[in-house]
Amino acid sequence: MAIEISFGQYLPLNSSIHRLDPRIKLIATFISIIFIFIVKNFYGYALLASFLLGLIILSKVPPLYIFRGLKPLIFFILLTFALHLFTTQGTVIFHFWFLKGTMEGLRNGLLMVARFMLLISFSTLLTLTCSPLELTDALESLLSPLKRIGFPSHEIAMMMSIALRFIPVLVEETNRIIKAQVARGADIESGGILSRAKNLIPILVPLFINTFKRADDLALAMEVRCYRGGEGRTRMKEYVLSQSDFLFLFASIIVGIVSVLI
Amino acid sequence: MPSLIELRDVWYQYNPNSPLSYWALKGIDLKIERGEFISIIGPTGSGKSTLIQHFNGLLKPTKGEVIVDGIEISKTKDLKALRKKVGMVFQYPETQIFSETIYDELAFGLRNYGYSEDEIKERVEDVVKKLGIEYIPLDKSPFLLSGGEMRRVAIASVLAMEPEVFVLDEPLANLDPQGRRELLKEIDYLNRKESLTVIIVSHDLSEVSKYADRIIVLFDGTILMDGPPREIFKNVEKLLEISLGVPQIVELLYTLYKKGADIPYNILDLDEAVRVIVKWRRSLGNRDKLRTIPTT
Ligand SMILES: Nc1ncnc2c1ncn2[C@@H]1O[C@H](COP(=O)(O)OP(=O)(O)OP(=O)(O)O)[C@@H](O)[C@H]1O
Ligand SMILES: [Mg+2]
Repeated sequence: MAIEISFGQYLPLNSSIHRLDPRIKLIATFISIIFIFIVKNFYGYALLASFLLGLIILSKVPPLYIFRGLKPLIFFILLTFALHLFTTQGTVIFHFWFLKGTMEGLRNGLLMVARFMLLISFSTLLTLTCSPLELTDALESLLSPLKRIGFPSHEIAMMMSIALRFIPVLVEETNRIIKAQVARGADIESGGILSRAKNLIPILVPLFINTFKRADDLALAMEVRCYRGGEGRTRMKEYVLSQSDFLFLFASIIVGIVSVLI
Repeated sequence: MPSLIELRDVWYQYNPNSPLSYWALKGIDLKIERGEFISIIGPTGSGKSTLIQHFNGLLKPTKGEVIVDGIEISKTKDLKALRKKVGMVFQYPETQIFSETIYDELAFGLRNYGYSEDEIKERVEDVVKKLGIEYIPLDKSPFLLSGGEMRRVAIASVLAMEPEVFVLDEPLANLDPQGRRELLKEIDYLNRKESLTVIIVSHDLSEVSKYADRIIVLFDGTILMDGPPREIFKNVEKLLEISLGVPQIVELLYTLYKKGADIPYNILDLDEAVRVIVKWRRSLGNRDKLRTIPTT
Protein backbone atom coordinates (compact mmCIF):
# COMPACT_ATOMS: atom_id res chain seq x y z
CA MET A 1 0.00 0.00 0.00
CA ALA A 2 2.74 2.43 0.92
CA ILE A 3 4.99 3.93 -1.72
CA GLU A 4 8.73 3.43 -1.48
CA ILE A 5 11.27 5.33 -3.48
CA SER A 6 14.86 4.19 -3.38
CA PHE A 7 16.15 6.43 -6.17
CA GLY A 8 18.16 9.30 -4.86
CA GLN A 9 17.94 7.85 -1.40
CA TYR A 10 20.58 9.01 1.02
CA LEU A 11 21.88 6.82 3.83
CA PRO A 12 23.21 9.08 6.57
CA LEU A 13 26.04 6.92 7.86
CA ASN A 14 29.38 7.97 9.23
CA SER A 15 32.08 6.57 6.96
CA SER A 16 35.21 7.78 5.25
CA ILE A 17 33.32 7.84 1.94
CA HIS A 18 30.49 9.92 3.41
CA ARG A 19 32.99 12.44 4.72
CA LEU A 20 34.61 13.04 1.34
CA ASP A 21 34.05 16.37 -0.36
CA PRO A 22 30.87 16.07 -2.44
CA ARG A 23 32.51 17.91 -5.35
CA ILE A 24 35.24 15.30 -5.47
CA LYS A 25 32.71 12.49 -5.25
CA LEU A 26 30.75 13.98 -8.11
CA ILE A 27 33.81 14.42 -10.31
CA ALA A 28 35.24 10.98 -9.43
CA THR A 29 31.91 9.30 -10.22
CA PHE A 30 31.81 11.17 -13.50
CA ILE A 31 35.33 10.02 -14.31
CA SER A 32 34.54 6.42 -13.42
CA ILE A 33 31.47 6.54 -15.64
CA ILE A 34 33.52 7.79 -18.58
CA PHE A 35 36.02 4.96 -18.10
CA ILE A 36 33.18 2.44 -17.85
CA PHE A 37 32.22 3.48 -21.37
CA ILE A 38 35.77 3.24 -22.70
CA VAL A 39 36.71 -0.13 -21.18
CA LYS A 40 36.51 -2.90 -23.78
CA ASN A 41 37.24 -6.19 -21.97
CA PHE A 42 36.26 -8.18 -18.90
CA TYR A 43 39.54 -7.59 -17.06
CA GLY A 44 38.85 -3.87 -17.06
CA TYR A 45 35.34 -4.40 -15.72
CA ALA A 46 36.64 -6.82 -13.11
CA LEU A 47 39.06 -4.17 -11.90
CA LEU A 48 36.38 -1.46 -11.82
CA ALA A 49 34.03 -3.84 -10.01
CA SER A 50 36.62 -4.61 -7.34
CA PHE A 51 37.26 -0.88 -6.94
CA LEU A 52 33.51 -0.37 -6.49
CA LEU A 53 33.34 -3.22 -4.01
CA GLY A 54 36.13 -1.62 -1.99
CA LEU A 55 34.26 1.68 -1.95
CA ILE A 56 31.03 -0.01 -0.87
CA ILE A 57 32.82 -1.70 2.01
CA LEU A 58 34.48 1.59 3.03
CA SER A 59 31.12 3.40 2.85
CA LYS A 60 29.46 0.89 5.26
CA VAL A 61 26.41 0.85 2.96
CA PRO A 62 24.79 -2.60 3.04
CA PRO A 63 25.32 -4.12 -0.47
CA LEU A 64 21.58 -4.85 -0.47
CA TYR A 65 20.99 -1.15 -1.08
CA ILE A 66 23.06 -1.20 -4.24
CA PHE A 67 21.10 -4.18 -5.53
CA ARG A 68 17.88 -2.41 -4.76
CA GLY A 69 18.99 0.34 -7.13
CA LEU A 70 19.47 -2.28 -9.85
CA LYS A 71 16.17 -4.06 -9.34
CA PRO A 72 13.86 -1.75 -11.31
CA LEU A 73 16.17 -2.00 -14.34
CA ILE A 74 16.54 -5.77 -14.45
CA PHE A 75 14.10 -6.16 -17.32
CA PHE A 76 15.88 -3.49 -19.32
CA ILE A 77 19.26 -5.11 -18.67
CA LEU A 78 18.03 -8.56 -19.72
CA LEU A 79 16.47 -7.12 -22.87
CA THR A 80 19.74 -5.48 -23.84
CA PHE A 81 21.54 -8.74 -23.21
CA ALA A 82 19.13 -10.68 -25.43
CA LEU A 83 19.34 -8.11 -28.21
CA HIS A 84 23.11 -8.34 -28.29
CA LEU A 85 23.10 -12.12 -28.01
CA PHE A 86 20.82 -12.65 -30.97
CA THR A 87 21.66 -9.79 -33.31
CA THR A 88 25.46 -9.93 -33.39
CA GLN A 89 26.92 -11.72 -36.42
CA GLY A 90 29.47 -14.48 -35.78
CA THR A 91 29.93 -18.13 -34.81
CA VAL A 92 26.57 -19.63 -33.99
CA ILE A 93 26.65 -21.50 -30.71
CA PHE A 94 22.96 -22.34 -30.24
CA HIS A 95 19.51 -21.98 -31.81
CA PHE A 96 16.45 -20.77 -30.03
CA TRP A 97 13.29 -20.90 -32.09
CA PHE A 98 14.21 -18.87 -35.19
CA LEU A 99 16.96 -16.94 -33.36
CA LYS A 100 20.66 -17.69 -33.48
CA GLY A 101 22.82 -17.04 -30.46
CA THR A 102 26.43 -16.26 -31.36
CA MET A 103 29.66 -16.39 -29.44
CA GLU A 104 30.36 -12.74 -30.23
CA GLY A 105 26.81 -11.88 -29.19
CA LEU A 106 27.27 -13.58 -25.86
CA ARG A 107 30.47 -11.64 -25.30
CA ASN A 108 28.95 -8.31 -26.30
CA GLY A 109 25.84 -8.98 -24.25
CA LEU A 110 27.80 -9.77 -21.12
CA LEU A 111 29.98 -6.68 -21.60
CA MET A 112 26.84 -4.60 -21.95
CA VAL A 113 25.35 -6.08 -18.78
CA ALA A 114 28.56 -5.42 -16.87
CA ARG A 115 28.63 -1.85 -18.19
CA PHE A 116 25.04 -1.15 -17.12
CA MET A 117 25.38 -2.67 -13.70
CA LEU A 118 28.57 -0.75 -12.99
CA LEU A 119 27.06 2.52 -14.23
CA ILE A 120 24.02 2.20 -12.01
CA SER A 121 25.97 0.93 -9.02
CA PHE A 122 28.47 3.80 -9.15
CA SER A 123 25.74 6.42 -9.33
CA THR A 124 23.67 4.69 -6.66
CA LEU A 125 26.68 4.73 -4.37
CA LEU A 126 27.04 8.46 -5.03
CA THR A 127 23.45 9.26 -4.04
CA LEU A 128 23.61 6.91 -1.05
CA THR A 129 26.66 8.67 0.36
CA CYS A 130 25.89 12.30 -0.60
CA SER A 131 22.87 14.08 0.80
CA PRO A 132 20.79 15.87 -1.86
CA LEU A 133 21.91 19.13 -0.34
CA GLU A 134 25.59 18.25 -0.69
CA LEU A 135 25.01 17.15 -4.27
CA THR A 136 23.40 20.41 -5.28
CA ASP A 137 26.07 22.37 -3.43
CA ALA A 138 28.67 20.45 -5.38
CA LEU A 139 26.84 21.05 -8.65
CA GLU A 140 26.50 24.75 -7.98
CA SER A 141 30.13 25.05 -7.09
CA LEU A 142 31.23 23.13 -10.20
CA LEU A 143 28.94 25.13 -12.48
CA SER A 144 29.78 28.51 -10.99
CA PRO A 145 32.45 29.35 -13.60
CA LEU A 146 29.59 29.36 -16.12
CA LYS A 147 27.99 32.27 -14.28
CA ARG A 148 30.26 34.61 -16.23
CA ILE A 149 28.50 33.71 -19.44
CA GLY A 150 25.12 34.28 -17.79
CA PHE A 151 24.29 30.70 -16.85
CA PRO A 152 21.93 30.75 -13.81
CA SER A 153 23.87 28.13 -11.88
CA HIS A 154 22.72 29.29 -8.44
CA GLU A 155 19.06 29.35 -9.39
CA ILE A 156 19.26 25.92 -10.96
CA ALA A 157 21.03 24.47 -7.93
CA MET A 158 18.45 26.09 -5.62
CA MET A 159 15.56 24.67 -7.64
CA MET A 160 17.17 21.26 -7.62
CA SER A 161 17.80 21.27 -3.91
CA ILE A 162 14.23 22.35 -3.15
CA ALA A 163 12.84 19.66 -5.44
CA LEU A 164 15.08 16.99 -3.95
CA ARG A 165 14.38 18.17 -0.45
CA PHE A 166 10.66 17.76 -0.92
CA ILE A 167 10.65 14.31 -2.51
CA PRO A 168 10.67 12.48 0.84
CA VAL A 169 8.20 14.98 2.26
CA LEU A 170 5.79 14.33 -0.59
CA VAL A 171 6.22 10.58 -0.32
CA GLU A 172 5.45 10.75 3.38
CA GLU A 173 2.49 13.03 2.81
CA THR A 174 1.14 10.72 0.10
CA ASN A 175 1.37 7.72 2.38
CA ARG A 176 -0.34 9.64 5.14
CA ILE A 177 -3.23 10.67 2.89
CA ILE A 178 -3.56 7.16 1.51
CA LYS A 179 -3.85 5.86 5.05
CA ALA A 180 -6.43 8.46 6.00
CA GLN A 181 -8.61 7.65 2.99
CA VAL A 182 -8.20 3.90 3.42
CA ALA A 183 -9.32 4.36 7.02
CA ARG A 184 -12.53 5.85 5.58
CA GLY A 185 -13.09 2.74 3.51
CA ALA A 186 -11.47 3.95 0.28
CA ASP A 187 -10.39 1.18 -2.07
CA ILE A 188 -7.23 2.07 -3.88
CA GLU A 189 -5.99 -1.23 -5.18
CA SER A 190 -8.93 -2.96 -6.83
CA GLY A 191 -11.17 -2.33 -9.83
CA GLY A 192 -10.57 -1.60 -13.50
CA ILE A 193 -8.44 1.21 -14.89
CA LEU A 194 -11.28 3.71 -14.86
CA SER A 195 -12.34 3.10 -11.27
CA ARG A 196 -8.71 3.05 -10.21
CA ALA A 197 -8.17 6.45 -11.78
CA LYS A 198 -11.28 7.66 -9.99
CA ASN A 199 -9.96 6.25 -6.73
CA LEU A 200 -6.91 8.46 -7.08
CA ILE A 201 -8.94 11.66 -6.76
CA PRO A 202 -9.24 11.51 -2.95
CA ILE A 203 -5.46 11.15 -2.80
CA LEU A 204 -4.32 13.58 -5.48
CA VAL A 205 -6.59 16.49 -4.61
CA PRO A 206 -5.42 16.86 -1.00
CA LEU A 207 -1.85 16.19 -2.11
CA PHE A 208 -1.95 19.06 -4.61
CA ILE A 209 -3.67 21.43 -2.21
CA ASN A 210 -1.19 20.70 0.56
CA THR A 211 1.74 21.01 -1.83
CA PHE A 212 0.62 24.40 -3.12
CA LYS A 213 0.16 25.58 0.44
CA ARG A 214 3.61 24.33 1.31
CA ALA A 215 5.17 26.04 -1.72
CA ASP A 216 3.43 29.26 -0.71
CA ASP A 217 4.74 28.99 2.85
CA LEU A 218 8.23 28.25 1.60
CA ALA A 219 8.24 31.25 -0.73
CA LEU A 220 7.05 33.48 2.09
CA ALA A 221 9.62 32.07 4.51
CA MET A 222 12.39 32.72 1.99
CA GLU A 223 11.17 36.21 1.37
CA VAL A 224 10.98 37.23 5.03
CA ARG A 225 14.55 36.08 5.37
CA CYS A 226 15.43 38.43 2.54
CA TYR A 227 16.39 35.77 0.04
CA ARG A 228 17.44 37.60 -3.12
CA GLY A 229 19.15 34.94 -5.18
CA GLY A 230 22.78 33.96 -5.09
CA GLU A 231 24.37 37.40 -5.45
CA GLY A 232 26.90 37.95 -2.69
CA ARG A 233 25.72 35.01 -0.64
CA THR A 234 28.23 33.19 1.51
CA ARG A 235 27.78 29.69 2.88
CA MET A 236 27.71 28.49 6.40
CA LYS A 237 29.77 25.44 5.59
CA GLU A 238 32.69 25.89 3.20
CA TYR A 239 34.00 22.70 1.70
CA VAL A 240 37.73 22.30 2.19
CA LEU A 241 39.63 19.72 0.19
CA SER A 242 41.62 17.31 2.31
CA GLN A 243 44.28 14.74 1.59
CA SER A 244 41.83 11.87 1.41
CA ASP A 245 39.86 13.79 -1.23
CA PHE A 246 42.90 13.98 -3.48
CA LEU A 247 43.73 10.37 -2.73
CA PHE A 248 40.25 9.27 -3.74
CA LEU A 249 40.29 11.30 -6.94
CA PHE A 250 43.74 10.00 -7.81
CA ALA A 251 42.70 6.38 -7.14
CA SER A 252 39.63 6.77 -9.35
CA ILE A 253 41.73 8.07 -12.24
CA ILE A 254 44.44 5.41 -11.87
CA VAL A 255 41.92 2.56 -11.62
CA GLY A 256 40.14 3.94 -14.68
CA ILE A 257 43.31 4.20 -16.77
CA VAL A 258 44.58 0.79 -15.73
CA SER A 259 41.25 -0.86 -16.51
CA VAL A 260 41.32 0.62 -20.00
CA LEU A 261 44.91 -0.51 -20.60
CA ILE A 262 44.71 -4.13 -19.39
CA MET B 1 -17.31 -11.67 25.41
CA PRO B 2 -13.72 -11.00 24.30
CA SER B 3 -12.21 -7.54 24.74
CA LEU B 4 -12.96 -5.11 21.94
CA ILE B 5 -9.28 -4.63 21.19
CA GLU B 6 -6.51 -6.77 22.55
CA LEU B 7 -2.78 -6.47 21.90
CA ARG B 8 -0.51 -9.31 22.92
CA ASP B 9 3.19 -8.52 23.13
CA VAL B 10 3.12 -6.29 20.06
CA TRP B 11 6.43 -5.12 18.58
CA TYR B 12 6.69 -2.89 15.56
CA GLN B 13 9.78 -2.05 13.55
CA TYR B 14 10.01 0.66 10.88
CA ASN B 15 12.32 0.00 7.90
CA PRO B 16 13.23 -3.56 8.87
CA ASN B 17 16.56 -4.95 7.59
CA SER B 18 18.18 -1.60 6.99
CA PRO B 19 20.48 0.75 8.84
CA LEU B 20 17.47 3.01 9.38
CA SER B 21 15.47 0.33 11.17
CA TYR B 22 13.76 1.52 14.31
CA TRP B 23 11.69 -0.28 16.93
CA ALA B 24 8.75 2.06 17.54
CA LEU B 25 6.81 -0.37 19.75
CA LYS B 26 8.49 -2.75 22.16
CA GLY B 27 6.21 -5.34 23.66
CA ILE B 28 2.81 -3.71 24.10
CA ASP B 29 0.20 -5.64 26.10
CA LEU B 30 -3.17 -3.96 26.14
CA LYS B 31 -6.86 -4.72 26.53
CA ILE B 32 -9.54 -2.22 25.60
CA GLU B 33 -13.13 -2.89 26.64
CA ARG B 34 -16.38 -1.66 25.13
CA GLY B 35 -17.53 1.75 26.27
CA GLU B 36 -14.21 2.91 27.69
CA PHE B 37 -12.95 6.46 27.24
CA ILE B 38 -9.21 6.05 26.94
CA SER B 39 -6.51 8.61 26.47
CA ILE B 40 -3.12 7.60 25.15
CA ILE B 41 -0.49 10.04 26.34
CA GLY B 42 3.19 10.21 25.53
CA PRO B 43 5.93 12.60 24.49
CA THR B 44 6.81 13.15 20.83
CA GLY B 45 8.12 10.02 19.18
CA SER B 46 6.92 7.68 21.92
CA GLY B 47 4.94 5.60 19.41
CA LYS B 48 1.37 6.81 19.93
CA SER B 49 0.50 7.12 16.25
CA THR B 50 2.23 3.85 15.49
CA LEU B 51 0.24 2.12 18.23
CA ILE B 52 -3.21 3.29 17.14
CA GLN B 53 -2.59 2.33 13.51
CA HIS B 54 -2.49 -1.26 14.72
CA PHE B 55 -6.10 -1.00 15.88
CA ASN B 56 -7.49 -0.91 12.33
CA GLY B 57 -4.85 -2.88 10.49
CA LEU B 58 -3.10 0.03 8.78
CA LEU B 59 0.06 -1.35 10.34
CA LYS B 60 0.63 -5.02 11.08
CA PRO B 61 2.74 -5.97 14.09
CA THR B 62 6.26 -7.15 13.33
CA LYS B 63 5.85 -9.50 16.31
CA GLY B 64 2.84 -10.30 18.46
CA GLU B 65 -0.92 -10.31 17.91
CA VAL B 66 -3.64 -7.71 17.52
CA ILE B 67 -7.16 -8.99 18.08
CA VAL B 68 -10.15 -6.78 17.35
CA ASP B 69 -13.57 -8.05 18.31
CA GLY B 70 -12.26 -11.61 18.42
CA ILE B 71 -10.57 -11.44 15.01
CA GLU B 72 -6.82 -11.48 14.61
CA ILE B 73 -5.97 -8.76 12.12
CA SER B 74 -2.89 -10.41 10.62
CA LYS B 75 -5.10 -13.30 9.54
CA THR B 76 -8.28 -11.59 8.35
CA LYS B 77 -8.89 -10.79 4.69
CA ASP B 78 -11.67 -8.34 5.36
CA LEU B 79 -9.77 -5.30 6.58
CA LYS B 80 -12.42 -3.03 5.10
CA ALA B 81 -15.01 -4.30 7.57
CA LEU B 82 -12.50 -3.83 10.38
CA ARG B 83 -11.93 -0.22 9.34
CA LYS B 84 -15.61 0.53 9.59
CA LYS B 85 -15.67 -0.88 13.09
CA VAL B 86 -12.62 1.13 14.14
CA GLY B 87 -13.09 4.70 12.91
CA MET B 88 -9.78 6.52 12.81
CA VAL B 89 -9.14 10.24 12.65
CA PHE B 90 -5.53 11.09 11.83
CA GLN B 91 -3.38 13.97 13.00
CA TYR B 92 -4.44 17.13 11.12
CA PRO B 93 -7.39 15.39 9.46
CA GLU B 94 -8.31 18.60 7.61
CA THR B 95 -5.45 17.87 5.20
CA GLN B 96 -7.33 14.82 3.86
CA ILE B 97 -10.35 16.83 2.64
CA PHE B 98 -10.89 16.66 -1.12
CA SER B 99 -14.60 16.92 -1.99
CA GLU B 100 -16.37 19.75 -3.76
CA THR B 101 -19.02 20.13 -1.10
CA ILE B 102 -19.10 19.47 2.62
CA TYR B 103 -21.93 17.02 2.05
CA ASP B 104 -19.80 14.90 -0.30
CA GLU B 105 -16.94 14.93 2.16
CA LEU B 106 -19.18 13.69 4.94
CA ALA B 107 -20.69 11.06 2.64
CA PHE B 108 -17.33 9.75 1.37
CA GLY B 109 -16.92 6.96 3.90
CA LEU B 110 -20.58 5.97 3.71
CA ARG B 111 -20.43 5.73 -0.10
CA ASN B 112 -17.36 3.53 0.17
CA TYR B 113 -19.41 1.14 2.27
CA GLY B 114 -22.28 1.11 -0.19
CA TYR B 115 -24.97 2.88 1.80
CA SER B 116 -28.05 4.06 -0.12
CA GLU B 117 -28.34 7.80 -0.77
CA ASP B 118 -31.32 8.01 1.62
CA GLU B 119 -29.39 6.43 4.44
CA ILE B 120 -26.42 8.64 3.68
CA LYS B 121 -28.55 11.78 3.86
CA GLU B 122 -29.98 10.70 7.17
CA ARG B 123 -26.61 9.91 8.70
CA VAL B 124 -24.97 13.07 7.42
CA GLU B 125 -27.70 15.21 8.94
CA ASP B 126 -27.38 13.29 12.15
CA VAL B 127 -23.60 13.59 12.46
CA VAL B 128 -23.66 17.29 11.66
CA LYS B 129 -25.88 17.82 14.69
CA LYS B 130 -23.75 15.63 16.88
CA LEU B 131 -20.65 17.65 16.18
CA GLY B 132 -22.37 21.02 16.33
CA ILE B 133 -21.75 22.12 12.76
CA GLU B 134 -25.35 22.24 11.59
CA TYR B 135 -25.03 25.97 11.02
CA ILE B 136 -22.69 25.41 8.07
CA PRO B 137 -24.45 25.00 4.70
CA LEU B 138 -23.66 21.53 3.42
CA ASP B 139 -23.45 22.57 -0.22
CA LYS B 140 -20.56 24.92 0.50
CA SER B 141 -17.00 24.03 -0.48
CA PRO B 142 -15.09 22.65 2.51
CA PHE B 143 -12.08 24.70 1.46
CA LEU B 144 -13.86 27.92 2.36
CA LEU B 145 -14.18 26.90 6.02
CA SER B 146 -11.91 27.97 8.84
CA GLY B 147 -9.27 25.51 10.02
CA GLY B 148 -11.29 24.56 13.08
CA GLU B 149 -14.42 23.98 11.04
CA MET B 150 -12.51 21.89 8.54
CA ARG B 151 -11.23 19.80 11.44
CA ARG B 152 -14.78 19.18 12.58
CA VAL B 153 -15.94 18.23 9.10
CA ALA B 154 -13.07 15.76 8.81
CA ILE B 155 -13.87 14.28 12.20
CA ALA B 156 -17.55 14.12 11.33
CA SER B 157 -16.80 12.28 8.10
CA VAL B 158 -15.36 9.41 10.12
CA LEU B 159 -18.05 9.54 12.78
CA ALA B 160 -20.72 9.34 10.07
CA MET B 161 -19.66 5.76 9.42
CA GLU B 162 -20.94 4.94 12.93
CA PRO B 163 -17.87 3.12 14.13
CA GLU B 164 -17.81 1.07 17.32
CA VAL B 165 -14.51 2.55 18.39
CA PHE B 166 -13.59 6.13 17.65
CA VAL B 167 -9.82 6.69 17.57
CA LEU B 168 -8.55 10.26 17.31
CA ASP B 169 -4.89 11.21 16.91
CA GLU B 170 -4.28 14.57 18.61
CA PRO B 171 -7.65 16.01 17.58
CA LEU B 172 -7.12 19.11 19.72
CA ALA B 173 -3.82 20.31 18.24
CA ASN B 174 -4.11 23.84 16.82
CA LEU B 175 -7.65 24.42 18.09
CA ASP B 176 -8.54 27.37 20.29
CA PRO B 177 -9.42 26.65 23.95
CA GLN B 178 -13.14 26.92 23.34
CA GLY B 179 -12.95 24.66 20.30
CA ARG B 180 -11.08 22.12 22.39
CA ARG B 181 -13.60 22.14 25.20
CA GLU B 182 -16.55 21.84 22.83
CA LEU B 183 -15.07 19.02 20.80
CA LEU B 184 -14.17 17.09 23.94
CA LYS B 185 -17.64 17.62 25.37
CA GLU B 186 -19.28 16.33 22.21
CA ILE B 187 -17.08 13.26 22.12
CA ASP B 188 -17.69 12.69 25.82
CA TYR B 189 -21.42 12.91 25.18
CA LEU B 190 -21.19 10.23 22.46
CA ASN B 191 -19.21 8.06 24.84
CA ARG B 192 -21.77 8.33 27.63
CA LYS B 193 -25.02 8.45 25.70
CA GLU B 194 -24.25 6.16 22.78
CA SER B 195 -21.63 4.04 24.55
CA LEU B 196 -19.13 4.76 21.81
CA THR B 197 -15.67 3.52 22.77
CA VAL B 198 -13.29 6.47 22.51
CA ILE B 199 -9.52 6.52 22.26
CA ILE B 200 -7.87 9.94 22.15
CA VAL B 201 -4.17 10.48 21.60
CA SER B 202 -2.63 13.53 23.19
CA HIS B 203 0.59 14.70 24.72
CA ASP B 204 -1.03 16.81 27.35
CA LEU B 205 -2.76 15.24 30.33
CA SER B 206 -4.59 18.38 31.34
CA GLU B 207 -6.80 18.38 28.27
CA VAL B 208 -8.35 14.99 28.53
CA SER B 209 -8.00 13.88 32.13
CA LYS B 210 -11.40 15.30 32.97
CA TYR B 211 -13.15 12.99 30.52
CA ALA B 212 -10.98 9.92 30.18
CA ASP B 213 -11.68 7.09 32.58
CA ARG B 214 -8.38 5.47 31.75
CA ILE B 215 -5.01 6.89 30.78
CA ILE B 216 -2.24 4.96 29.08
CA VAL B 217 1.16 6.61 29.27
CA LEU B 218 3.45 5.58 26.46
CA PHE B 219 7.18 6.17 26.65
CA ASP B 220 9.81 5.03 24.18
CA GLY B 221 7.60 2.34 22.69
CA THR B 222 6.49 0.80 25.96
CA ILE B 223 3.55 1.30 28.30
CA LEU B 224 4.85 3.20 31.30
CA MET B 225 1.57 3.57 33.20
CA ASP B 226 -1.98 2.42 32.68
CA GLY B 227 -4.85 3.33 34.96
CA PRO B 228 -7.52 5.85 35.92
CA PRO B 229 -6.39 9.52 35.94
CA ARG B 230 -6.34 9.59 39.73
CA GLU B 231 -3.83 6.79 39.84
CA ILE B 232 -1.75 8.32 37.06
CA PHE B 233 -1.54 11.68 38.83
CA LYS B 234 0.05 10.03 41.82
CA ASN B 235 3.19 9.89 39.70
CA VAL B 236 3.39 13.60 38.92
CA GLU B 237 7.14 13.62 39.35
CA LYS B 238 7.65 10.91 36.75
CA LEU B 239 5.21 12.56 34.32
CA LEU B 240 7.01 15.88 34.54
CA GLU B 241 10.32 14.11 34.14
CA ILE B 242 9.32 12.70 30.75
CA SER B 243 8.08 16.19 29.82
CA LEU B 244 4.36 15.53 29.69
CA GLY B 245 1.89 18.31 30.39
CA VAL B 246 0.20 17.83 33.77
CA PRO B 247 -2.81 19.96 34.82
CA GLN B 248 -1.42 23.07 36.46
CA ILE B 249 -3.65 22.60 39.47
CA VAL B 250 -2.17 19.15 40.07
CA GLU B 251 1.31 20.62 39.79
CA LEU B 252 0.35 23.34 42.27
CA LEU B 253 -1.05 20.91 44.82
CA TYR B 254 1.97 18.68 44.36
CA THR B 255 4.29 21.60 45.07
CA LEU B 256 2.35 22.38 48.25
CA TYR B 257 2.48 18.73 49.21
CA LYS B 258 6.23 18.62 48.77
CA LYS B 259 6.55 21.65 51.03
CA GLY B 260 4.79 19.78 53.78
CA ALA B 261 1.09 20.44 53.25
CA ASP B 262 -0.99 17.39 54.07
CA ILE B 263 -3.15 17.34 50.94
CA PRO B 264 -3.84 14.91 48.14
CA TYR B 265 -2.66 16.12 44.74
CA ASN B 266 -4.17 13.53 42.40
CA ILE B 267 -7.33 15.55 41.81
CA LEU B 268 -9.18 15.96 38.54
CA ASP B 269 -10.60 19.46 38.32
CA LEU B 270 -10.67 22.93 39.78
CA ASP B 271 -13.75 22.38 41.99
CA GLU B 272 -12.15 19.44 43.66
CA ALA B 273 -8.92 21.38 44.13
CA VAL B 274 -10.80 24.20 45.83
CA ARG B 275 -12.47 21.73 48.17
CA VAL B 276 -9.17 20.09 49.00
CA ILE B 277 -7.49 23.42 49.70
CA VAL B 278 -10.36 24.75 51.81
CA LYS B 279 -10.40 21.58 53.85
CA TRP B 280 -6.67 21.75 54.37
CA ARG B 281 -6.85 25.42 55.39
CA ARG B 282 -9.56 24.63 57.94
CA SER B 283 -7.58 21.73 59.36
CA LEU B 284 -4.74 24.11 60.05
CA GLY B 285 -6.94 26.16 62.36
CA ASN B 286 -5.14 29.29 63.45
CA ARG B 287 -2.68 31.38 61.48
CA ASP B 288 0.41 30.33 63.39
CA LYS B 289 0.22 26.85 62.02
CA LEU B 290 -0.06 28.21 58.48
CA ARG B 291 3.26 29.98 58.91
CA THR B 292 5.01 26.68 59.33
CA ILE B 293 4.62 26.17 55.58
CA PRO B 294 7.68 27.76 54.03
CA THR B 295 6.85 30.27 51.34
CA THR B 296 9.72 29.81 49.00
N1 LIG C 1 7.42 6.04 8.49
C1 LIG C 1 8.37 5.97 9.42
N2 LIG C 1 9.60 5.51 9.13
C2 LIG C 1 10.56 5.43 10.07
N3 LIG C 1 10.40 5.76 11.35
C3 LIG C 1 9.21 6.22 11.72
C4 LIG C 1 8.12 6.35 10.78
N4 LIG C 1 7.06 6.84 11.44
C5 LIG C 1 7.46 7.01 12.72
N5 LIG C 1 8.74 6.63 12.89
C6 LIG C 1 9.50 6.68 14.16
O1 LIG C 1 8.82 5.93 15.14
C7 LIG C 1 8.78 6.62 16.39
C8 LIG C 1 7.36 6.74 16.85
O2 LIG C 1 6.64 7.54 15.95
P1 LIG C 1 5.13 7.94 16.19
O3 LIG C 1 4.69 8.73 15.01
O4 LIG C 1 4.35 6.74 16.52
O5 LIG C 1 5.27 8.89 17.47
P2 LIG C 1 4.16 9.74 18.21
O6 LIG C 1 4.15 9.29 19.62
O7 LIG C 1 2.88 9.69 17.45
O8 LIG C 1 4.79 11.21 18.15
P3 LIG C 1 4.04 12.64 17.93
O9 LIG C 1 3.58 13.10 19.25
O10 LIG C 1 5.17 13.50 17.41
O11 LIG C 1 2.96 12.45 16.93
C9 LIG C 1 9.44 7.96 16.14
O12 LIG C 1 10.71 7.95 16.75
C10 LIG C 1 9.57 8.10 14.66
O13 LIG C 1 10.81 8.68 14.33
MG1 LIG D 1 1.77 11.05 16.34
